[in-house]
Amino acid sequence: MSEHAISVRGLTKSFSGRRVVDNLEMVVPKGSIYGFLGPNGSGKTTTIRMMCGLLTPDAGEGDCLGFDILQQSGQIKENIGYMTQKFSLYEDLTIRENLDFVARMYKMTNRKARVDKALEDLGLADRAKQLAGTLSGGWKQRLALAACMIHEPEVLLLDEPTAGVDPKARRDFWDEIRRLAGKGVTVLVSTHYMDEAVQCDYIAYIAYGKKLIDGLAREIPSMVGLSTWLVEGPELGALEAALRKDPGVGQVARFGTVLHVSGIDTAALEKVAERETAKKTHDWTRKEAGLEEAFIYLMAHSQDNFGSGGQA
Amino acid sequence: MRFSLARFRAVLVKEFIQMRRDRITFAMMIGVPIMQLLLFGYAINSDPRHLPTLVEMADDGPASRAILMGMQTSGYFEVEGIVTSAEEGDRALRDGTASFVVVIPPDFERDVVRGHSPQILLAADASDPAAAGGAVAAISGIVTTAISETLSGALTYAASSPPPFSVVVHRQFNPEGQTSTNIVPGLLAIILSMTMVMITAVAIVRETERGTMETLISTPVRPGEVMLGKIFPYVFVGYVQTGVFLAAARILFDVPFLGSPLAFFVGFNLYIIVNLALGFLISTIARSQMQAMQISFFTLLPTILLSGFMFPFAGMPGWAQAIGSAIPATHFLRLVRKVMLKGAEMADIATDLWRIGIIMAVIVLIALRRYRQTLD
Repeated sequence: MSEHAISVRGLTKSFSGRRVVDNLEMVVPKGSIYGFLGPNGSGKTTTIRMMCGLLTPDAGEGDCLGFDILQQSGQIKENIGYMTQKFSLYEDLTIRENLDFVARMYKMTNRKARVDKALEDLGLADRAKQLAGTLSGGWKQRLALAACMIHEPEVLLLDEPTAGVDPKARRDFWDEIRRLAGKGVTVLVSTHYMDEAVQCDYIAYIAYGKKLIDGLAREIPSMVGLSTWLVEGPELGALEAALRKDPGVGQVARFGTVLHVSGIDTAALEKVAERETAKKTHDWTRKEAGLEEAFIYLMAHSQDNFGSGGQA
Repeated sequence: MRFSLARFRAVLVKEFIQMRRDRITFAMMIGVPIMQLLLFGYAINSDPRHLPTLVEMADDGPASRAILMGMQTSGYFEVEGIVTSAEEGDRALRDGTASFVVVIPPDFERDVVRGHSPQILLAADASDPAAAGGAVAAISGIVTTAISETLSGALTYAASSPPPFSVVVHRQFNPEGQTSTNIVPGLLAIILSMTMVMITAVAIVRETERGTMETLISTPVRPGEVMLGKIFPYVFVGYVQTGVFLAAARILFDVPFLGSPLAFFVGFNLYIIVNLALGFLISTIARSQMQAMQISFFTLLPTILLSGFMFPFAGMPGWAQAIGSAIPATHFLRLVRKVMLKGAEMADIATDLWRIGIIMAVIVLIALRRYRQTLD
């Protein structure tokens, strides 16, 4: 990781005594899609806001595109695109007016052409005069993405860009993100969805404001160190309930007609598998632990965060 | 990262579009001043006329009748009947059927002729001193006139040394004592203060409340660009309001405009800006549009009560005058009244101008310091 777009160390932020981000270190390599995962209230939004200068960290340092995040937030803002979690363009402006306003903020040259192109790319050219507030959720997200990209930033910070968007729109959204990454744009994206996490090059998982794990996405499962068995057969529900009580089993997750049974303790899990295979009611097959299992495991072990409420 | 005219214009254009789309707010900006002007101008009168009056007449000679006629034609008194005893008069005053009871003593005319200086009793319901004041002040003049008109010829000598009715009331600048002449110019100060402060106060909090602030400050926009871009559209609104006001003052209330238009122009521009800056300051404090509205109303109250709009400034205790002096409306009120009613020129309003200027400088400084470029 010689070339990085963002690098922060020791980032800390408290809100009324509660430590929302705690001593966070993170390096986002240039041109990568970096997935930022963690339960609600784990500090993802706060971290992203500190990276682009919207919040001042209590402690820590870092740089974004070579600019100091504490001193040079002005330059950072000119070179990044930030898409907020909640739709935060003007609902009482039209689609075109919104894009035009953002383009003016960045003092774009040949503004009209860029806005036209953005509308064209969005497929909204014929609805340019529609008020942004009347768009559906999915279209709002796409408009927001178009708006934060209009000045062609080198880094995109996307805060849960696909929350509440239908699957088709999500897929389109990710196609777009991959296309941008292909052009060399660095994308830091926070998400809840595991099917989105698997599309990232790198992943960091945080809970309680603390980073639990980060690295190349394909290496995450082995870093977590889970072993997994696939279980197929009849009456999976009853088996699932029984296995959950078994101390040798770390977690049971159902994927359609298959159970994924995993655990950190490989030997203990193997014993359970032998015992169950002997019953001949279900097929047990060993498989390499995937990202899905790894994340279910991580989430299960940071459950307490869900109760803490608020987006921070 | 210097001030960018382009970004300032972007904010300006955006605000104008939003203003145009928000029809109701826009209508209120024009509707509120007209409504206020009509209400204050027509409905409020601190010098009320036609107050119900009863008369106890123990002497019905020509002089007494002339006095009653004089009271009637003065407009202050509406003689509604006769009482025959003091108790009846007292009761009428107490239950409010009469505001005044006039008692003309027996042999009044004869005593006047003989030079005995008889007394006429005007019993007034002074529980609302403002309501009774004008009429009380007018009575002696009315009686004097009535007597001098009645006692002519051989009896002129008696009238020329009139009984102790010798109060001279000289109403300067507003000879007819029309409340609207005084209130309407003052109203401009209140209208502008009310709408300008409230609109700007809400304008910025609205961005925070809708979440659009996050996008706005994630762009390279500077505080000054946002502040000016948000304030300017409302300067335009202030111009429209002032225009409506001037036209209405002229057409509906016959309020004169005697002074220098330049002095007026400079004054009202400064006043608009100081109010917008105040609104901007409020919006950096308030967390929601509701709070912004409440704080705006909070500032409105002293503006109406302590500025000299409702009650004479000179009549307030020292501490109230001190607070009043810190309110921009106080100085603008004087400025407008001077220019419109007393024909003031630039030189006459210099003091008012620099006082508003000082208030403005303080507000702008605090507001710019408080405006955050972060979400902290």
